Amino acid sequence: MATYAAPIPQIVAHEAKKEPTGWMSWVTTTDHKRIGIMYMVTTFVFFLLGGVEALMMRLQLGVPENTLIAPQTYNQLFTMHGTTMIFLFVVPMMAGLANYFVPLMVGARDMAFPRLNALSYWLLLAGGIVFYASVFWTPPESGWTSYVPLSSITYSPGGGQDAWIYLIHLTGLSSILGAINFYVTIANMRARGMSWGRLPLFIWAILTYSILIIFAMPVIAGAVTMLLTDRHFGTHFFDPANGGSAILWQDLFWFFGHPEVYIMVLPGFGLVSEILPVFARKPIFGYKAIAASTVTIAFLGFLVWVHHMFTAPIPEAIIIFAMLSSCLIAIPTGVKIFGWLATLWGGTIEFKTPLLFCVGFIALFTIGGISGVFLAVFPVDWQLNESYFVVAHIHFVLMGGAVFTVFAAIYYWFPKITGRMLSETLGKWSFYVMFFGFLMTFMIQHVLGLDGMPRRVYEYSNTGNLALYNLISTIGSFILGGGVLLTIVNVMRSLKHGAVAGPDPWKANTLEWFTSSPPPVNNFDVVPTVRSHEPMKDIRREIEQRTSGAPAPGGATVPAGATQIGL
Amino acid sequence: MRAQKRVGAGFCDRARAFRPVVNRILPALIHLLSIPLAFFTPESGGSSNANQIDNLYKITLWVALVIFVIVEGTLCYILYRYRARKGAVANQTHGNTRLEISWTLAAAVILLILAVITFVKLSSIQDPVNSSPEGEHLVSDTSHLYASDEQKLPPDGKSLEIDVIGRQFVWQFVYPGENEPDGLGAPYSYEELVVPTKTTVTLNIVSSDVVHSWWIPQLGGKFQAVPGYHNYTWFKIEKPGVFRGQCALLCGRGHARMIATVKAVPPPQFEAWVAYQKKQIAEANAAAATARTKLNHEVGAGQVENP
Repeated sequence: MATYAAPIPQIVAHEAKKEPTGWMSWVTTTDHKRIGIMYMVTTFVFFLLGGVEALMMRLQLGVPENTLIAPQTYNQLFTMHGTTMIFLFVVPMMAGLANYFVPLMVGARDMAFPRLNALSYWLLLAGGIVFYASVFWTPPESGWTSYVPLSSITYSPGGGQDAWIYLIHLTGLSSILGAINFYVTIANMRARGMSWGRLPLFIWAILTYSILIIFAMPVIAGAVTMLLTDRHFGTHFFDPANGGSAILWQDLFWFFGHPEVYIMVLPGFGLVSEILPVFARKPIFGYKAIAASTVTIAFLGFLVWVHHMFTAPIPEAIIIFAMLSSCLIAIPTGVKIFGWLATLWGGTIEFKTPLLFCVGFIALFTIGGISGVFLAVFPVDWQLNESYFVVAHIHFVLMGGAVFTVFAAIYYWFPKITGRMLSETLGKWSFYVMFFGFLMTFMIQHVLGLDGMPRRVYEYSNTGNLALYNLISTIGSFILGGGVLLTIVNVMRSLKHGAVAGPDPWKANTLEWFTSSPPPVNNFDVVPTVRSHEPMKDIRREIEQRTSGAPAPGGATVPAGATQIGL
Repeated sequence: MRAQKRVGAGFCDRARAFRPVVNRILPALIHLLSIPLAFFTPESGGSSNANQIDNLYKITLWVALVIFVIVEGTLCYILYRYRARKGAVANQTHGNTRLEISWTLAAAVILLILAVITFVKLSSIQDPVNSSPEGEHLVSDTSHLYASDEQKLPPDGKSLEIDVIGRQFVWQFVYPGENEPDGLGAPYSYEELVVPTKTTVTLNIVSSDVVHSWWIPQLGGKFQAVPGYHNYTWFKIEKPGVFRGQCALLCGRGHARMIATVKAVPPPQFEAWVAYQKKQIAEANAAAATARTKLNHEVGAGQVENP
């Protein structure tokens, strides 16, 4: 054993101070990991609230001409549901995951601006509280799109609409500050050797997510400010009676709204690109193509917003342009899906829960992508737009595309965050129940839309098969909810009773698995030099070679401390 | 032998008796097949533009089904074929540029074909057709109503132009006839739009309050009614019938109850209906005038405002 030249393992004490405890330590923290946890817990609570709202709506629609929920309440429910899921769950959940894992994956000790990071979180929480406080007065009821003139002071005199505006302001500011922080961190704080071509694909996705937020969020912030001044300070931006335009709102809203879709799904794409190679035991297929398609989708995402407005009175040339650009964006999306399939092809696939959620995502997102092509063909969209077909489409894209990846991330990273494993049995049950419930809820909604049921209606008449299809969807939604509950039970149990994970339970590829689980306050005592986009694979290989006695080729990448932390 | 013969004869008899049933199998099968197809396609059958949209939808559906089967099928195959097994070794490939370029191009070609098909079918969906001879006397030259070509008109430039006005939470329909000598103004109706068959009807969709969306699934797609803007569509119904729809864009608490019905009747019946509406308007006007005079008489002139 004494024949090889590598340094002898030594005991290295952590440089960091002892971690502070108590609730004040959480309020005052600037540690990206604690902020990340606060983000994730807060947004998951909002996810549950949004889910309960959804189930209440499905309950109302379970039978035709139901009188369980008043029309006004129903309108408030879908407004709260949509707004919550988008602004208080998916976008900030991705920010939470990024908060925890961007510094770890690029080998940094914290975010670039830790205090700004804390501010981002508290702004998000403030936005959520302002919005949900409206439940005690008059909640907003003009939909998450808040089309004018319905959202104007004349037709929505209640304060709920203003609460909605402040929610957009506060969470928007939170997102912009967070995005700047991610961008600066990724641009400046990467480990030695981590060039742009070696950036983990999740980091590519977060970089693109940040750029999208920086360009898109100010537009909606401006639009809601115009709505606010229209409502209270006598301006007429959107008032047709005084030279304003109701179409202007639709343009501004969707100029933000479509990039927002990619803000929500691109981080999920990144997650899948990280998790699939780990469980297929195979490198990602076409690293450059997948990174490039992320950036291409983001760019094209700014050119397609008019496809949400195909039924509005707008010139045909613009409609045709939007159709062509929407078709164009399907190409990089297709490249990603083919890339993921090719990653799995020829691998040795281990059916762990994170992989199941990723595979479920591919299956569901493909359906969402295909129904998107129907909606891009604008004469067909004239039939499908604003119907339950669109409700099905948006859920296949956002629930299948974003929520399933978030669940994959929960199962994948829970061991890193808590140091304990989640139960595989419960996890698999949760996946299969969610997958089945999801298909049952949303597949049939395509047909509801084709049969002429518009979205956002609190009742429908008992014609054709509407009653049967709606009942199927309602039953499915409760099964889906049951699947989500299983994961919550799993998390609660595993926090105390889960098996101890160790630093790298999955034998994964990226740097967050280099440190202990949970990571110490300073993340890394030593940051390794990165030589590929799968640094942990290199490190494991090298350790194997050193411990087996063979000389390491090409010099050492593993610093002396590495062996102490379980490698 | 006899028994056998009888059995054989019986079989032949039964087969002969069965023949009409056999003859019905094919239509029944076609009917069975058409149920799932209707299950997967939008409503149509009222007007040719709705049928053309349905047609374009079906073309898209076939393309989509092929892609769906290929992608999901490949996924299932991979999950089965490449599951972790003893002795299996993962193939450590990083990519294949030629393969990546070819599937990018394949995706582009499929979408290009779809776009081309859409453009080919576009005019049959957007451009109104001429009215049939039975309905010709009901249409008038409506081209003068439009300064530009924003509203598409039939080749002969003639259509029955009806204004569709969205308001919380009812649709109003205003028929031509504003400047007729009877001085009754344009006839109108709420909720139920009565139109003649065999006649090209062009709709001028507007709103008097918030944004609504006009949608009768069997007569074609949706068109938003936006205050301050005009939006247009058309239909031509061949056979009498009733077509139901409702407002498709959230317009407030009564959104779900903002229904619309299009009732197509033969041209003579339509004329009778318009005459009846006019008579009703005239009677209502007369009744209102009487009531006003009476009230004026009771409370003094100038105290009663025009209702």
